[in-house]
Amino acid sequence: MADSGTRFPRPQAALFSRLHTFHGGLQLPGHRDVTAATPIVPAGIPPLLILPLQQHIGEPAESRVGPGDYVYKGQTIAAASGPVSVPAHASSSGTVIAIEKRAVPHPSGLPADCIVIETDGRDCYQQADHAALDYRHTEPAELCALIRQAGIVGLGGAGFPTWVKLCNHSQRIALLLINAVECEPYISCDNRLLQERAAEVVEGVKILFHAVQPDACIIAIEDHMPQAEQALRTALDAANASGISVTRVPDIYPSGGERQLIRILTGREVPSQGFPADIGIICQNVGTAAAVYNAVVRRQPLLSRIVTVTGDGVAQPQNLEALLGTPVSHLIAAAGGYTADVDRLLIGGPMMGYTVHTDSIPVIKTTNCVLAVSRKEMPAPPPALPCIRCGKCTDVCPAELLPQQLYWYARSNNYDAAQDYQLFDCIECGCCAYVCPSHIPLVQYYRNAKAAIWTQEVQKKASDNARNRHEAKQLRLARIKQERAERMARKKQALSGDGGGKESRQAVIQAALDRVKRKQEQAGAAPKNVDNLTVEQQQLIDAADRRRRLQHPENKTTD
Amino acid sequence: MLTALIAFGILAAVIGLVLGFAAIRFHVESDPVVDQIDALLPQTQCGQCTYAGCRPYAEAMAAGEADINQCPPGGESTILALADLLGVDPKPLNPEHGEHGEKTVVIIDEQVCIGCTLCIQACPVDAILGAPKQMHTVITSECTGCDLCIPPCPVECIHVVPVKTTVRNWVWPKPDTASPEVSAHG
Repeated sequence: MADSGTRFPRPQAALFSRLHTFHGGLQLPGHRDVTAATPIVPAGIPPLLILPLQQHIGEPAESRVGPGDYVYKGQTIAAASGPVSVPAHASSSGTVIAIEKRAVPHPSGLPADCIVIETDGRDCYQQADHAALDYRHTEPAELCALIRQAGIVGLGGAGFPTWVKLCNHSQRIALLLINAVECEPYISCDNRLLQERAAEVVEGVKILFHAVQPDACIIAIEDHMPQAEQALRTALDAANASGISVTRVPDIYPSGGERQLIRILTGREVPSQGFPADIGIICQNVGTAAAVYNAVVRRQPLLSRIVTVTGDGVAQPQNLEALLGTPVSHLIAAAGGYTADVDRLLIGGPMMGYTVHTDSIPVIKTTNCVLAVSRKEMPAPPPALPCIRCGKCTDVCPAELLPQQLYWYARSNNYDAAQDYQLFDCIECGCCAYVCPSHIPLVQYYRNAKAAIWTQEVQKKASDNARNRHEAKQLRLARIKQERAERMARKKQALSGDGGGKESRQAVIQAALDRVKRKQEQAGAAPKNVDNLTVEQQQLIDAADRRRRLQHPENKTTD
Repeated sequence: MLTALIAFGILAAVIGLVLGFAAIRFHVESDPVVDQIDALLPQTQCGQCTYAGCRPYAEAMAAGEADINQCPPGGESTILALADLLGVDPKPLNPEHGEHGEKTVVIIDEQVCIGCTLCIQACPVDAILGAPKQMHTVITSECTGCDLCIPPCPVECIHVVPVKTTVRNWVWPKPDTASPEVSAHG
């Protein structure tokens, strides 16, 4: 690294050497042994790619193609719209056959706008006109633009546009935290990624380091993934990236949550409703780091992601590398199809995922896991019983909230009180509902309350807007009425005001004549038949003028 | 005894003066009640309350002339909020004024529109765009669903449509509160 533009300082060892703990959390059975030990397999090119315009948090992208257009792999098919948005790219070549509402991975099950591409199987790349970039000699702002153009969002699950996190902060960043803590059961895509592509991840981390210029960088890894850790350490040694350290954190759910991980490593709290950048920390997922490597070094936008397809409901649980837009049914087929036991399909893990009712939905940027469970491994929740106020939920809450209080308030629609109890600091990890002996679907109450509060805010804004528009209209109508009244009054006065004497009328006529004259003069109006006159003609004209002056001496000046 | 009485008398007078001065000097102008009521109303300006808009209704309520249950678009939540603000008992919506339904907007069938501008004049929030003898259209995002544009339309080309639920405005459903869980608490 002698020629490196980026220097990797030693992390402040004293600051991060001791691990802290966060409140609560759970030790859950992992269920990831099979998938973590099976290599990643490409899922292939499906006949249809369904690319939703919204695959991230923020404003949906705007389509830039139409039905019938041929698109190349990697071509931008939808542009970012608004400050928190990223473009979408065609993940394989083919023809756009429709832009229509299709089922998408969303807990509502509602359809949303998607670009549907019929693939031609050639996987034909758009002619790449740019060579690999040496990030070390590139401005951080330029890297951010590249990362934005590549459509990269947080691949850990939330899908927040990465460039916003990297570039839109006013704080000096002390710590760049790379999150390889895959704490939710069943999911092993980051684990496999590290085992197989640790070198890419390390390069990606170095690029992020260069873009953020932090004081230190830590890759946090959970202690249930020793092979991944070994691979990562080997890659770090090979890349001579001595400023990047690896820290092992205990396997407690949800230690992979951004706020919890920061707490474990630094002992610091991210402010309520704030961002990690507020305390000088940026947290990125390992998958995101690999995507950044692809975007900057290989100049490839985000076209695929690793998805853990698992559960007792699939024949061969494994990690698949799926093109974005690949239907889940295609992934299930690639994983050997459903077993006879399959009961329901979840997107995401068992704690934070949601049930979907069709496998025609596509893989999007945030789809880290497709979980087909049997009735045995995840039985339907038993009917909820009354809360017995045991307080177990409070013991396990990693956000140190009072889930029971929140439950009462959310259930009685007392949203003000729920917000007083920091409802919006709830990360919806599901620990409280998991331990609840009464099987109360606590998280669903919180999600409902949060959405209801957002809806109220939207309505409040809309009604304020309507009030302003109504007042503006009334003001305008009043102004028009007043202007009309004034005009009428002026006219009336002009007609009847001065008694209508002959002199005043004469004055009005004279003023009108003057006005016409002035206008003619301004427009440069002149008689057109006085050019190229002969001497006799000129003499005749002069004679006529003289006569006129003698007859009407008062008009002398009007000539 | 007398000394104590005098001392406390003087003390009371001094404190009274200080408090009286502070009450005038640091007087905080509170939001007039009309504004507070108006802030709770949904601002559809539909006139179903029999007043010419939300603000006149708020003024009537503040003057004690109108009841709190005359606003169908606001529905129960508005009535509860008004009852809370005005310190009166909540009551059910007066059916004379209409029923609380889901949020709607209007759309203009542009093929049929003759460009008469009557709906533009009727719209309280300037949510209809058009000019004489030109096609009109509704700016859906600004439409409050007051339906005031419908009666003036001579060709009946304005239709009411419900606001669609999409992934962007969807609300997580509340768990079934009719379960024993609820009956046990009341």
